[in-house]
Amino acid sequence: MTVHADDLAPLPAGQLTPPVPIKGKVTRAIRLPRSPKVIAGLVIIAAFAILTLVGPWVAPYSPNDNSFAQNLHPSAAHWLGTSNLGADIFSQLLNGARATMVVGFIAGLVATVLSVIIGISAGYLGGGADEGLSLTANVFLAIPGLPLLIVLDSYLPTAGRSNTLLIGVIIAITGWAWGARVLRAQTLSVKRRDFVEAARIAGEGRIRIMVFEVLPNLLAIVASSFLFTMLYCIGTYVALAYLGVTSTSVWNWGTMLYWAQTSNAPLTGAWWWFVPPGLCIALVGTGLALLNFGVDEFINPRLRAAGLSRRGTRQAGLPRHPKLGLTPVLRSPSSRPGASAPQTQGSASGPAKVAR
Amino acid sequence: MIPLTRKLMVYVVTAWVAITVNFLLPRLMPGNPIQTMIGKLQGRVTPSMQRAIQLQFGVGLHQSLLTQYGNYWVQLFHGNLGQSITLSAPVSTVLGGTLPWTIGLLGAATVISFALGTLLGIALGWRRGSWLDGLLPVSTFFQAVPYFFLGTVLLLVFGSDLHWFPVLGNYQRGLTPGFNGPFIFSVFRYAELPAITIVLSSIAGWMLGMRNMMITVLDEDFVLVARAKGLPTRKVVSYAARNAILPSIANFSLAIGLVVSGALLVELVFNYPGVGNLLLQAVLNQDYPLLQGIFLVITLTVLAANLIADFVYVALDPRVRQEG
Amino acid sequence: MSAAVAPVTAGGGPVNGPLHLGDPVLEIRGLCVDYGVGEDAVHAVVDASLTLRRGQVLGLAGESGSGKSTLAYAATRLLREPGVITGGEVLFHSRPNAQSGPNAVTGTADLLDLDEGELQRVRWSEISVVMQSALNALNPVASIGHQITDVLRAHRPDLNRAGRTNRAIELLEMVGITGDRLSSYPHELSGGMRQRAMIAMALALEPQVVIMDEPTTALDVVTQREILEELIRLRDDLGFAALFITHDLSLLIELADEIAVMYAGRLVERAPSESLFRAPRHPYTHGLLNSFPPMHGERVAMTGITGSPPDLRAIPSGCAFHPRCLHAMDRCSVDEPQLVPLSHGPVPAGRSPREVACWLHDPRSAVPVPEELAQPDPAGPAPDAPAAQQQEGTS
Repeated sequence: MTVHADDLAPLPAGQLTPPVPIKGKVTRAIRLPRSPKVIAGLVIIAAFAILTLVGPWVAPYSPNDNSFAQNLHPSAAHWLGTSNLGADIFSQLLNGARATMVVGFIAGLVATVLSVIIGISAGYLGGGADEGLSLTANVFLAIPGLPLLIVLDSYLPTAGRSNTLLIGVIIAITGWAWGARVLRAQTLSVKRRDFVEAARIAGEGRIRIMVFEVLPNLLAIVASSFLFTMLYCIGTYVALAYLGVTSTSVWNWGTMLYWAQTSNAPLTGAWWWFVPPGLCIALVGTGLALLNFGVDEFINPRLRAAGLSRRGTRQAGLPRHPKLGLTPVLRSPSSRPGASAPQTQGSASGPAKVAR
Repeated sequence: MIPLTRKLMVYVVTAWVAITVNFLLPRLMPGNPIQTMIGKLQGRVTPSMQRAIQLQFGVGLHQSLLTQYGNYWVQLFHGNLGQSITLSAPVSTVLGGTLPWTIGLLGAATVISFALGTLLGIALGWRRGSWLDGLLPVSTFFQAVPYFFLGTVLLLVFGSDLHWFPVLGNYQRGLTPGFNGPFIFSVFRYAELPAITIVLSSIAGWMLGMRNMMITVLDEDFVLVARAKGLPTRKVVSYAARNAILPSIANFSLAIGLVVSGALLVELVFNYPGVGNLLLQAVLNQDYPLLQGIFLVITLTVLAANLIADFVYVALDPRVRQEG
Repeated sequence: MSAAVAPVTAGGGPVNGPLHLGDPVLEIRGLCVDYGVGEDAVHAVVDASLTLRRGQVLGLAGESGSGKSTLAYAATRLLREPGVITGGEVLFHSRPNAQSGPNAVTGTADLLDLDEGELQRVRWSEISVVMQSALNALNPVASIGHQITDVLRAHRPDLNRAGRTNRAIELLEMVGITGDRLSSYPHELSGGMRQRAMIAMALALEPQVVIMDEPTTALDVVTQREILEELIRLRDDLGFAALFITHDLSLLIELADEIAVMYAGRLVERAPSESLFRAPRHPYTHGLLNSFPPMHGERVAMTGITGSPPDLRAIPSGCAFHPRCLHAMDRCSVDEPQLVPLSHGPVPAGRSPREVACWLHDPRSAVPVPEELAQPDPAGPAPDAPAAQQQEGTS
């Protein structure tokens, strides 16, 4: 049996684990996450989601308002100081949240939808369709994303560069290939399950099977893929903005970094200008990655922190994950039968050390 | 070696796609960017430059698209990537001077990141629940930080403020390049901070992937059998690790793509005279020939790296070596 | 501290000669195994006692989840987390032979007391394991030759490279695989060949005890037969003691000398195999025997056992089997029966007394023993021989 490298359930870096197969249809209740990592991730993302929605309204000033004194340190009036043109940085940050998060979200969504369609189709339909789609995915995967985007975007006319939706879609085009490959590998294994075979024999159409039988079993992986892709899209969008490839008049965190860089903020020590946007990007990214931990553990139960329960191990003095091949022995003295058991033929009385 | 042939075909097709995209883009983009570019050079167009532009973009000639395509390929085979508008030199010459620096920095950083990340991942997977687990959220945070931001912060803190590392550039000005001690030493010193940036940003991926795979593999029966055989612990770990590392190598193509993108940005921050800086110049000045040349070379280099990774994979996993 | 051990190795040849056959080699006493610690712990094995004797095959039978694999792996400290051993002892009486290597040790030890280094010395050279699925139990990226020589490298420092290779080829040929397969990978072999390779691997150091965890379950019937015959032959040649775990009692007919039956983590019956098949004493054993049709003989009505095995977190009170038992009495739902010897006549040397854990066979019980559980025992004394002392249910 040939095992192609593609078939070995490759998952995004950070989730290199094959999932435990889900038996039958997915009707289990969704359990609430208890891992502290996941809860932290949820909190972070929720906070930034709120920021996305209300940011521009909550901002004290307009981000383009250059009427203030220049290069002010953070103060009560300007929480993050002002830029070298005299604009309030905090307002820029709040405004920038929207474009960054929205583009990241939409690009992630588009890329995930594309990867679902292409990946599941390639895996389920097999044959020529699979070959063609897989080749397409591999080609897109092999071409490095950022250089391609730089080339594409620099060819765009100015009008195109400020169209965030267009930029988002173009970013999505470079970001779907990975998820498609993962979903294809998973579809191949789900395809062999009995309930899919049963549906096929019952005469269900191929598209119906893909949507209603295969897809529900892959939801966790789709979720993980979405989180990872959104992370990638935000990072790429910010990078493009930082380079000045996208329009510099649209406010996002990357553009802030662009302006900060071109005004030499790092060298003049104006940390309040370039640290906050970078930090926000990092926080959003960390939140997404933490959520991904949670989805990972859901997909692959072996990764859950379970082992022996915390309380139990503390009482017993055991490590939470005992060494493989060294099953712990927790005997109370009374549980040893050696003292009172009758002698049986040929055995020593009680446990004796090995004679050397 | 049939699977390897398949992979090879993918790369050949990818290279072809990249070249064709390079060919088609300027001709298809709305707003006629080439004309705009030529317009900017008003008065400064030498006949040789004119010829170069014609060859590259087919402007001014009345040839069919197919003929232009053919000519494009002919030029490529001669190593002619066009003429850089801003630098007034052949693109291939310009790239020849800068590409080695990028490959050196990127190659070294990637190797270190992969090796270190893999080793840490093995340790994390084998010794679950130890203090090492704290490394996971830390490295995740670093991975979420944009490459260029991390570079900027490190540059300021460790370079400018603490003066632990030299900054900006790839070797100390005034030294003569060549295989001499001071020069090589200087090159290493200047590469340290950019390399550290790349390693810090990319290590989380390798580490987490290896850890997760180790945990999965440790559940397999053959690892328990290795224990039951009374083999020394390092043998047991190595058996598990040899199996757990396979997906990391299979996923190399994704990882290298991300690292390359990040490394380009890091070069910008540190003013490292590699391909990244060149790319930015080309973008700012709309130097399309240079831009396309860089894109092509980057793509081909990444493909070569992927090919090497695939060879390594086949060497490590006997299951893919033959049909049936 | 290596061997001041040597007297056994000097003679060469199988040490498990007629002098030692029938002597206990592995004694499990009162073993208790839990999954998890604290209040939520699940009791997977409760107070299990077995004696494995040299040169004999002890079959351990039961349904899935009865605890048979748990018992075997716990005894060798190979049980995965969250397994914890909470009581009992596992005495290993070691008399190594020439193939165990210069680091072999003699004497008796409680495996549950050993530290990691000591366990490593005993493992594989004295006690080895054959697992159910060879595809999972063999390292997919290493050749089978390598997987045999790695134990040789670890336990036989006296062998050089050539010696190891020769021994590996010798082992493969012993199980019917040609020597040129030494460099093959597991996926290149058929299912039956893989299982044979695993057996060869397990016998590499001619261990004293081989634990076989459902070694033929994953195979087709024809291959199953071949492997079983192979195992019988090897046992005759090499003289090891085997613990053969299976859910399929029919396999044990020819293979096992003695059979122990487990239910819900407890041993319910133990008897020589002939006795068990012809004259089962426990209702569960009887039910199991009537769950598979005999190939020959007259047609019988299939009965099977109603109900299903209990969830280990909610074991019925008293006897765990009573909800499914056709002969359950009032007492059965209240008191848990202990595994006690059936009769107290003299026991032949090299044998353990026949035992059962059932109130039906309590001599003070007023209820007569049902006919199907009172068949004449072909091996032992009559089942209703009056006994001088009957314990209440000792440990």
